[in-house]
Amino acid sequence: MQVITSRARNRREPSRVLTKAGVVLVLLSLTAAACAKKQPPPLAQPAPPSTAPPVATGPAPAATPSTEALPVPPEPLAIAEDGISARSLDDLNRDSPFKPAYFPLDSAELDDVGRAVVTANAGIMRKYPTWMITVEGHCDERGTAEYNLALGERRAVAVKTYLLSLGIAADRVRTISYGKEFPFDQGHDDRAWASNRRAHFVITSK
Amino acid sequence: MGIAREQQPAPAPQQPSEIAVVISGDPGTPPRYAVPDFIAASPEAAEAAKTITQVLWDDLAFEREFYLIPRDTYSTIPPARSADQVPFAAWRELGADAVFFGTVSRTGNDIKVEVRLFNIRTQQPVFSKEYTGAAANPRLYAHTVADEIHQQQRSLRGVARTKLAFSSDRNRERMVGTVESRDVKEVYMADYDGANPRRITTNRQLNITPVWSPDARSIAYTSYRRGYPDIFVALIYQGLQQEPTKGVGQNMLPMYSPDGTRIAFMSNREGNPEIYVMNVDGSNVRRITNHPAIDVTPTWSPTGTQIAFTSDRAGTPQIYIVGADGLNLRRLTTSESYADRPTWSPPPFNEVAFAARTGPGYDIKIYDLATGATRQLTFGEGTNESPAYSPNGRHVAFTSSRAGRVQIFTIGRDGRGIKQITRDGSNFTPSWSN
Repeated sequence: MQVITSRARNRREPSRVLTKAGVVLVLLSLTAAACAKKQPPPLAQPAPPSTAPPVATGPAPAATPSTEALPVPPEPLAIAEDGISARSLDDLNRDSPFKPAYFPLDSAELDDVGRAVVTANAGIMRKYPTWMITVEGHCDERGTAEYNLALGERRAVAVKTYLLSLGIAADRVRTISYGKEFPFDQGHDDRAWASNRRAHFVITSK
Repeated sequence: MGIAREQQPAPAPQQPSEIAVVISGDPGTPPRYAVPDFIAASPEAAEAAKTITQVLWDDLAFEREFYLIPRDTYSTIPPARSADQVPFAAWRELGADAVFFGTVSRTGNDIKVEVRLFNIRTQQPVFSKEYTGAAANPRLYAHTVADEIHQQQRSLRGVARTKLAFSSDRNRERMVGTVESRDVKEVYMADYDGANPRRITTNRQLNITPVWSPDARSIAYTSYRRGYPDIFVALIYQGLQQEPTKGVGQNMLPMYSPDGTRIAFMSNREGNPEIYVMNVDGSNVRRITNHPAIDVTPTWSPTGTQIAFTSDRAGTPQIYIVGADGLNLRRLTTSESYADRPTWSPPPFNEVAFAARTGPGYDIKIYDLATGATRQLTFGEGTNESPAYSPNGRHVAFTSSRAGRVQIFTIGRDGRGIKQITRDGSNFTPSWSN
């Protein structure tokens, strides 16, 4: 039996249990899927003539197997979990519940739209209180490489500051600047630039 | 480089002074040089001889101290088989002031390169040397000859044996990340002309903004290998790595002081991008700037007493200068809408190169600290960023998108002689070694 002393440790423990539970459930469902594969697909199964004689009258015996597809048992996973928290970090970040906050050119100030996005993201963080995130600051190619490293930092910090003002704990949010090193849109037009001036939320732990 | 055994040139007895060694051109014009093919003593030396001839030509052309007679105009002059058969009459008719005679011989993995530079008027060699060493990199022999010729003939410190460090995605590796597939950038070094590229970092993360130590034996750079930006130092000839900032905050954009004892850098360790200075071992960290705006991209004055940097404290990024003690702040650029990446020239020049927004993109400009005048090196061909001076101050390396992907170019400090250095992948943030 481990004695859990630190607060951080305490916080991480439930997520680890959840993860373990998730693994078990995934394994169970995989096993079920593997078993199901051994049987012929129900829809493709022809009606067995010997067991289902074409009786014109009378109610069908209760024991007579239906020729209709057997309903696949519902996945227990879908009931036990809400879907989002069961997904892997990679899957979550690839199709993230967090929306990026976008910035005007040469600016690290959140506008109304940006604040609304961060507010919504703060709601997600409150819903999943074990999640830790990194806010990545990104810039478009219209700034210089060096200054952009600092501007991206300011964008990330602006978002973190706003998250904190919404009650999110500081130790759940890290910031990092990538300047213009990792454009999300490789284009060279207004649309691409607007897409690349962002604070991007990455879930690093759950 | 192997052993370079010197043979003293045979000066004409009646002209023993140094002045007699210098070949001059017609009054007011640069001396006219001919670089005929070096003679291969055997077929195995042919490739090296060809390379050495071409590289020597390129190295001499780079500094623009000599007029290099176009090679096709002397294709009919028969090559001299030995140093006493140089057809001086033919060279004189061509208007040459100086002509090279070189031979390359090969023994196993070694080569021997003999080089003479003749004064056409006196028919005497003013430069006569023999180099022996490994055959693996014949370019180095040409670079050495070029540097020595520039030194002897023009009292000029050439850059033919200097190196460029830069960041590149040329290995085309992608990071395995949780967000998107992202390009790996590694630190590379290459000869000043882009030849002999060598990969320095191998961590398959983001490695950017490399800078040379003044002794050209270390490269400091920004690496995200730990998941956040920190400063690392690669001791490139020892295969060792140091992390002087040790993950205290996030640190980036290192720049060595001219004496190599300190590194200026940007850090957010106190919550805001500020300029700091530390000893190269990470000790004695001192904060130089103190302003809630962004302060970034430091560069040292040649004496190490001042630091230029970029700050947006006036609303837009502009270049400022502050004492290395943090005192006597002043703004340098006042007529730019956006200026970044200052780079202080080495002596004897006293100027600061930077990238200035000139439209949709950037151009390289130079602020002359003596006159306060600004001149422009590039004029809107692509976008041009990240200037870095050559150690003799006569050239600036920078990045440009003019050829499609971002590549490193060099240009004279007078804006002439632009030359593309890199072609593989995209290449960023050059630094020029001593």
